[in-house]
Amino acid sequence: MPIFYERKQIVTPGDLLAENDYLAGENTYKEDGKIYATRIGLVDYDNRKVFVVALKAFYVPYVGDLVIGKVIEVSLGVWLLDIKAPYPAVLRASDALNRPFKPQRDELSAIFDVGDLVIAKIVAYDRTRDPLLTVSEPGLGKIKHGQIVEITPTKIPRVIGKKGSMITMLKQETGCQITVGQNGVILVSGKTPEDEQLAIMALRKIEEEAHTSGLTDRVTEMIKNEKRGV
Amino acid sequence: MVKKKTEKLIDKNNLRVDGRELNQLRPIKLEVGVLGNADGSAYIEQGKNKILAAVYGPKEIHPKHLAAPDRAVLRCRYHMAPFSVQERKSPAPSRREVELSKVIKEALEPTIFVEYYPRTSIDMFIEVLQADGGTRCASLTAASLALADAGIPMRDLVAACAAGKVDGRLVLDLNDVEDKEGEADLPLAWIPSLNAVTLLQMDGRVTLEEFEQLVNMAVEGCKQIYQFQKEALKAKYIAVKEEVQE
Repeated sequence: MPIFYERKQIVTPGDLLAENDYLAGENTYKEDGKIYATRIGLVDYDNRKVFVVALKAFYVPYVGDLVIGKVIEVSLGVWLLDIKAPYPAVLRASDALNRPFKPQRDELSAIFDVGDLVIAKIVAYDRTRDPLLTVSEPGLGKIKHGQIVEITPTKIPRVIGKKGSMITMLKQETGCQITVGQNGVILVSGKTPEDEQLAIMALRKIEEEAHTSGLTDRVTEMIKNEKRGV
Repeated sequence: MVKKKTEKLIDKNNLRVDGRELNQLRPIKLEVGVLGNADGSAYIEQGKNKILAAVYGPKEIHPKHLAAPDRAVLRCRYHMAPFSVQERKSPAPSRREVELSKVIKEALEPTIFVEYYPRTSIDMFIEVLQADGGTRCASLTAASLALADAGIPMRDLVAACAAGKVDGRLVLDLNDVEDKEGEADLPLAWIPSLNAVTLLQMDGRVTLEEFEQLVNMAVEGCKQIYQFQKEALKAKYIAVKEEVQE
């Protein structure tokens, strides 16, 4: 049962990764006992599972994910949000109001208007219907201040780090509040624009160098150097 | 119009009008991620061909009635810029462009996992900036890279290359003059890991044996192009990696 690449090597779609006894994991497919990559990314092995950590992909909704979306439509009883996924997300008026929606009484655009950014959680999604969102949990709702950074959603685990090591370090070193949407949209809000700028710089660096090792240390160093320079 | 006297397309040293060997490709330059606003993009220069490909999606499909309940719909527009050829081409889609859009779409569809994203569309735009023969193959090569750059899951890249008959000889990767003055032209697109042909067209006349030889020649050309494609896809990431390790 041979494998053809070392761990963390870059592969492209169609590259033969393994044969026979291996299982096809994320971003791979199996045909005639051969496992091929379906996206550009880094190969990895977990026991008998072969998978590819994609370097570029789009967001696919997953129940329980925290996402940051932009309101694109206010219609009768629902908002439609762009969450950077192939499908628009639906947020029901009754969810934001915490009671049934009454068209003659409630003006939806007064709560969320087109263009507003909203932190929400995905409560339901399957292939046949568009994802459904909720904002009725603490920490969710309209974004009032801060800055938005967009990165490839596959690099979100890198931003968080092992057991949150990267994100904890970022928050500590920059003094910013950072909300990470699983759809690749990140909210940074700090006391001063300079703090926010520093955090954004660090996030950009993480995105660019996500496929290299020793990243947390390098980012820490960069932030410290920048702080000294200010 | 004065008809130009056709000179010999292959000289006594077996070299072609642009100085290539019979089975030699034109120089290829591939670049990925050249457009900021598209989800994925690629640029190809193959000889004098200059072609841009952009991909959007998968995204909500408009108009809604085109949506397929079980898969993503792939849409393709192949377009030649008015300045891409010697005599200004009308920017309106010609019969030829409509046909090429269709064959390119159908050549790429089997490589994409369209069933993963029902009710959506994947839109491809191919813009020929400068044409010099073999644009359908170069377009396919670029479009496949653009799809991979957009992060769309696919079985493999598609490499495309033409072979043909010029001055009674079989040659690889015809340019504009060879295509127009030659006896036959056979564009072919190939999926390497599946060892499958996904586009095969031909005009002109060849014998059955010559046809077989041409197909094999074109596949060999595709193999070379496939290597360039893989390098181009990885280039951006490898550059960052090397920079970091220094």
